[in-house]
Amino acid sequence: MSTTQPETRQPEATRQLSRTVDDGNRLTRAGRGKKSAVYLVLVFFALLYVFPFFIQVATSFKTNADAVNNPLSLIPDPFTTAAFERLAETDYPTWFRNSVVVTLLVTAGRVFFVSLAGYALARLKFRGREALFTAVLAVLAVPGIVLLIPKFLILNYLGIYNTFPALFVPLLVDAAGVFIMKQFFETIPPSVEEAARIDGAGTFRIFWSVVLPMAKPALITITILSFQGSWNELGHFIIAANDPALFTLTRGVGQLTSGGLGSGSQFPISMAAALLMTIPTAMVFIVFQRFFTQGANVGAEKG
Amino acid sequence: MAEREVPTSEPPAPRSRSPKGKGNSHNLSGWLFTTPMILGLGLFLFIPILMAIWVSVSDWTGRGSPFSSDVGFVGAENYAALLTEEGLSRQDFMISLRNTFYYVLGVVPVQTMLALFLAVVVNQKFLKGRTFFRTAFYFPSVVSSVAISLVFLYLFTGTGAINRVLASVGIVGPNWLQDPRGVIHIIGDAVGIWSIDSPPAALVETSVMSLSIWEWFRGPSIALSAIMIQVIWTTAGTFMLLFLAALQDLPSEVEEAAMVDGANRWQRFRNVTVPHLRPTILLVITLGIIGTWQVFDQMYVMTQGGPAKTTLTPAYLSYVAAFRQQQWGQGAAMAFILFALIFVLTSLQRWVLRDKDEAARKKGIRAQRRAARKAQRAEASS
Repeated sequence: MSTTQPETRQPEATRQLSRTVDDGNRLTRAGRGKKSAVYLVLVFFALLYVFPFFIQVATSFKTNADAVNNPLSLIPDPFTTAAFERLAETDYPTWFRNSVVVTLLVTAGRVFFVSLAGYALARLKFRGREALFTAVLAVLAVPGIVLLIPKFLILNYLGIYNTFPALFVPLLVDAAGVFIMKQFFETIPPSVEEAARIDGAGTFRIFWSVVLPMAKPALITITILSFQGSWNELGHFIIAANDPALFTLTRGVGQLTSGGLGSGSQFPISMAAALLMTIPTAMVFIVFQRFFTQGANVGAEKG
Repeated sequence: MAEREVPTSEPPAPRSRSPKGKGNSHNLSGWLFTTPMILGLGLFLFIPILMAIWVSVSDWTGRGSPFSSDVGFVGAENYAALLTEEGLSRQDFMISLRNTFYYVLGVVPVQTMLALFLAVVVNQKFLKGRTFFRTAFYFPSVVSSVAISLVFLYLFTGTGAINRVLASVGIVGPNWLQDPRGVIHIIGDAVGIWSIDSPPAALVETSVMSLSIWEWFRGPSIALSAIMIQVIWTTAGTFMLLFLAALQDLPSEVEEAAMVDGANRWQRFRNVTVPHLRPTILLVITLGIIGTWQVFDQMYVMTQGGPAKTTLTPAYLSYVAAFRQQQWGQGAAMAFILFALIFVLTSLQRWVLRDKDEAARKKGIRAQRRAARKAQRAEASS
């Protein structure tokens, strides 16, 4: 503020600087116009981003006729919960349960295995560590979608295709998580471990009760990435099983459009199905929003 | 300076392992700690890839084990059927490459620019409710692509929300996901270069890699364009966050200095902000290319490759070939070709967009070092 004071004598500079004057007490007309323009643009885009979700919520409480005739209306007329009742009669509850169990198992497994490996790669000096880390980096470069056929081949070979373990065991470790944890552990000062080591604590003990509690932010990031990754995963669940009792939400709901549930064009049912699977995501997102942002950054930096 | 450059003839002193036996115990615990990761990545990534390499050069039809003695080795036949032999397989594969080429060409630049635009707007210092806007733009990125696809299937129906909005401003929207017409074909038709119903014979009859030139220059179909719009809408928020993080690192003194110099907003953006964001832009483009070439979920949920194969992509085609048509060899071959393609494209893009100043600087440093070393050697020998 005070640094802008001398510049106000020059009219041109004032126009440029008015943007940075944040309380608006010395706003020029031009500056106010620019502000309104920015808000207008933001509100337009916010509508563009929020409106589809509003339509989704409204439509899931509509009758199909209402959904077809008034696709833009946000007020169901008549209001009905028929779509949800219909979903409850189908396999949807099974899919939901499968998704919850798989997500919990994958998240728990990943948090543990990934931090173990990350710690070893960051702190333990062992023969082959460099080579192992290079291998992890190489794995990161493999695009996930090309693994669909390879993953089916191994599940089939091991004889666990179409079993529940096939849904979650292959997802228990992921290279990106190892990378994130390694990066984090490297920021913890070694003196912490030295102290514990002098007290005679073993390596696992040091990891578990000294280092891991300090890694809380990174662990939350891993938790969120694992939750998001397994809850939203589609490809792996397509190739891991074809028994409807072993479908997760993405797999089961993904088939709604090709006539699953006899709902080819029953829009309220597909909107309700999509809505229910979005609610857990939204809840986790709201609670951990700060960490989502961090996770996105850390996750992306691996590239 | 010169002293540091002197190469030491003896190797650096080995680091002392302070407590006795520490190296040993770390060897054991190091491998124990990484065992779950090695098992997981080895069993479900490394070995499966080896298996798929075998399948891609075999005639396995999905029955029995691919490693039994009845499965034959066919060499590069599966790859040849996709790349060098005239036929339906190559035609489909070329269609999928064409579709994805237009898809990437449309999605990556637009999502990068939209993300940058949203980040710059959300980053305005005077803005109130920044968290709300950031959340609104980012939320679609965390929602399952299946759920988003269901919503857009509904929004994109012929009489759906999007066409209603278009109608309110006087535009008759297409029947989005059912419309196979190519955008380039439509534009050419509209400006009078050709007619979609009777395309120029020369273009239709000349075929390159099993696909006529007319087909190559189809552009993305309306259906594929709808998916492109959806994907841009979904992913721009993710990349916006990357840009926002980078923008917050931009020292405000630099901005202010530019302002004092009388640079206008656009000049500041071009000459201060964009150069500062260069590494992030490069990262976003790389991640964009890697992500878009893998597009699969939307095709699986929304279009199954239709209409008229205009939303067929290599990832989806590979899945269909293997799991639906039991042509496992070709499916696996497609996956590896796609892998190679992504690798080549990202390397190429990194090379083209590499920081030329940085490269020049490094080259300069290397040259300086070489000169210094030569001078030292000359000094030593004299």
